Amino acid sequence: MNPDVNESLARSFGLSAEEYGRVLAIMGRTPSFTELGVFSVMWSEHCSYKSSRVWLKQLPTKAPWVIHGPGENAGVVDIGDGLAAIFKMESHNHPSFIEPYQGAATGVGGIMRDVFTMGARPIALLNALRFGDPSHPKTKRLVAGVVAGIGGYGNCVGVPTVAGETNFHKGYDGNILVNAMCVGLADSDKIFYSAAPSAGLPVVYFGSKTGRDGIHGATMASAEFVEGDEDKRPTVQVGDPFAEKLLIEATLELMATGAVAAIQDMGAAGLTSSSVEMAGKGGVGIELDLDAVPQRETGMTAYEMMLSESQERMLAVLKPGREADGYRVFEKWGLDAAVIGHTTDTGQLVLKHKGETVCDIPLAPLFDDAPCYDRPWTQPVLQPRLSPADVPAPTDWRRAILTLLGCPDGASKRWLWEQYDRHVMADTLHDSSTGADAGIVRVHGAKKALAVTSDCTPRYVQADPYEGGKQAVAEAWRNLTSVGADPIAITDNLNFGNPERPEIMGQIVRATDGMAEACRALDFPVVSGNVSLYNETNGAAIPPTPTVGAVGLLPDYAKRMGFGGMKPGDVVVVIGATVGELGSSLYLRDVLGREEGAPPPVDLDTERRHGDLVRGLIRSGLVHAVHDLSDGGLIVAATEMALASRTGVFIDDLPEGPAHAILFGEDQARYLVALPQHSMDVLDERAADANVPYHVLGRAGGCEVAVTDLFAIDIDDLRAANEAWMPGYMEGP
Amino acid sequence: MRAAIVVFPGINRERDMAIALEASFGTKPRMLWHKDTDIAGVDLIVIPGGFSFGDYLRCGAMAAHSPIMRAVKDHAAKGGYVLGVCNGFQILTEAGILPGALLRNASLRFLSMNTHLRVERADTVFTRRYQSGQTFQAIMAHGDGNYFADDATLDRLESQNLVALRYANKFGAVTPEANLNGSARSIAGILSPNLRVLGLMPHPEDLVDPLMGGTDGKPLFDALAAA
Repeated sequence: MNPDVNESLARSFGLSAEEYGRVLAIMGRTPSFTELGVFSVMWSEHCSYKSSRVWLKQLPTKAPWVIHGPGENAGVVDIGDGLAAIFKMESHNHPSFIEPYQGAATGVGGIMRDVFTMGARPIALLNALRFGDPSHPKTKRLVAGVVAGIGGYGNCVGVPTVAGETNFHKGYDGNILVNAMCVGLADSDKIFYSAAPSAGLPVVYFGSKTGRDGIHGATMASAEFVEGDEDKRPTVQVGDPFAEKLLIEATLELMATGAVAAIQDMGAAGLTSSSVEMAGKGGVGIELDLDAVPQRETGMTAYEMMLSESQERMLAVLKPGREADGYRVFEKWGLDAAVIGHTTDTGQLVLKHKGETVCDIPLAPLFDDAPCYDRPWTQPVLQPRLSPADVPAPTDWRRAILTLLGCPDGASKRWLWEQYDRHVMADTLHDSSTGADAGIVRVHGAKKALAVTSDCTPRYVQADPYEGGKQAVAEAWRNLTSVGADPIAITDNLNFGNPERPEIMGQIVRATDGMAEACRALDFPVVSGNVSLYNETNGAAIPPTPTVGAVGLLPDYAKRMGFGGMKPGDVVVVIGATVGELGSSLYLRDVLGREEGAPPPVDLDTERRHGDLVRGLIRSGLVHAVHDLSDGGLIVAATEMALASRTGVFIDDLPEGPAHAILFGEDQARYLVALPQHSMDVLDERAADANVPYHVLGRAGGCEVAVTDLFAIDIDDLRAANEAWMPGYMEGP
Repeated sequence: MRAAIVVFPGINRERDMAIALEASFGTKPRMLWHKDTDIAGVDLIVIPGGFSFGDYLRCGAMAAHSPIMRAVKDHAAKGGYVLGVCNGFQILTEAGILPGALLRNASLRFLSMNTHLRVERADTVFTRRYQSGQTFQAIMAHGDGNYFADDATLDRLESQNLVALRYANKFGAVTPEANLNGSARSIAGILSPNLRVLGLMPHPEDLVDPLMGGTDGKPLFDALAAA
């Protein structure tokens, strides 16, 4: 028996009293239990973006190369020669904290479905992970589970995981972040959308059977955690990567038959959101017979079927009379399938179960009257800018540098990415192991390649959401530039705390302001995204983390770049000005134990000029290695370049200023470049023309990273410090 | 030599293998579906890597019972060439075409990394473009590559000289550190007694082009193409 429907039940479903009032007004009667379930998930933060929509509107989404921006399953960008890159990033934070293996695995599965639903074959995966302090009792188990889950799913499906980022901070102790991104490739004239084109068409369900797993997952993702929420484990879905692999092949094969009119995967809010979106976007109605839904368990109610988040399921609207094409494909791949309904001209969502109509909702108001809040917000309290004099130089240079290379955020993540298949599909040209600022996958059979990266520096966003938002976009743009790509578009994954608190809303507002400004200035449109709010446990919010997943295009992969190609004798140059910004730097936090100070400011015009210069040098074949300067500043970048290139660096001339600020400062718009002496004249000429400052630091060679009069550290010692932390932590006591 | 690749549901390295074969053979390999039974005209059957049937029961266990495997067994019994890589090797052991089994990696983790293989004999159709004792690089990408067989079987493989490849360091030394998945006697690949079936865990097909980071795997396919 279903409980009585009233305001108190609506609240337990996550709807406010005011929202329940809206439901009553739309329905003109008390909704049924199933109807209330449909409203509650469609109006959840996760599905409706009700707190962020107002602010997301300011993000630029258009450019001549954008085929489809936000609003579909994933963003679609033209990459020339009749091809499109289709991509999106999405969070699976709450499930991963409760059940790390399955939470992360289904996160990967879900984001892949968003991409192949549009007709693209997935060709690359990335992930951005934020864990709690390594000393927190839960952290190690969460890392092990999440990494195994990502690998277990992606490796089995056979899509290479080529790039990512991993941070540790106590701010994520009670609420880790697992953001997964998938990039796919499709013919630009064969993109599939979700809008059902007309009434009277068959609605086909295919893929795995529906069970009781993940019911109300979207609602869980829209609420804060409290102590004891691990008991919500049953609401976490279980992934089946083999089923996903079959689903990819079957979906792409079905699309090739020409039978598909519209298609949508069943992700958050499962059958509810997929059917509502297909009918709602198409301006038609939809009627489903729930008895026809392939079911894994007996005695499921309409409510359970509509809210189940069982994985690896698709819903397609077929062209008239094309069911046989579908069944032929589904049988080949051994997938369950059934015609479970049809589109109608009523504009209603009608659900029938055991001969009764259990749901009859007008679709337009479900969409149009969805809540949208301009929540109150306060300006973030900004940190003062630090001068080098506010920050002491290290008493022991060697120790400070080994600390930066061996601290949790600075250490090599080899332990982690060696669990990901990075080569399957035979198109990987750069991955986490090869020393490059972005992963590169070749476009199969063509000369071009896609570069992919994921970036955010949460400590900057915490200190100044606006500058931090700008910086996340700028760093992604820089990373793509460093490998020689033209940055083309981004997907954003906005992870914040409870938007009902004005200071959190202030972070959201200012970070999106900053991102929007950076995207505009860099012609770097947002084509898809995901918002994850209520990332809090017991009232403590995560550091604001607007992750940027970005894609760039290399017209000719022969001209790709990395930071592992520096040769002995090369001139080592820093492009861009170094003032020595130490506020919110890795040095300040991990060597001195201070988390404070304004982050380095981002000047977008400068970013653009510097990046364009560097990309031009790469395209002209003038440089051997390029590395973006970020965490840890100049000396960490130089060390990473030395390690990847297996040659030392001798720095004998630093830019003007206190040495610790110059070496550890995280000033933006900078690149470390290694180039042969004979390229220097061209660099000088082009830098002068573009009004870009550069500074010759020294030469590559030897087996040390050394700075005259300060220190000389053997690269074997640096490598040991860089490689030791993660395996030591994961396999230690 | 005419080559064909067998595709089971869940196999995912068929494209990598097709690229490598085409680069050496000059023609595209035939793609066989696991329900096919007619393999007439095929000289070399290749079973590629992946997760056939999700590897849910045991790696390769369900694929070993697919309709095509009877034809593969007949082919091998008649002296036809068979190459099984990664999941393909697992399927060959599950089908009883090669002895032993592949267990979970000793670390219990999936490992995707570069490894070095020492060529134990260079007088086979698969290895004759390498030198005996030479090491070459290959990419491993598996969770269950820990070769296991009882001592009698291992002794027989050794005495009949059927170990084709062992995990080694880059200098060719077979050491415990180089044996990343914990395989018995560092075995990475084994041969059938007639030397016409080779099963190995690492992926020579993923290093056949400088773009992919190297060409160390190419001699294997070149040798097959010339056979």
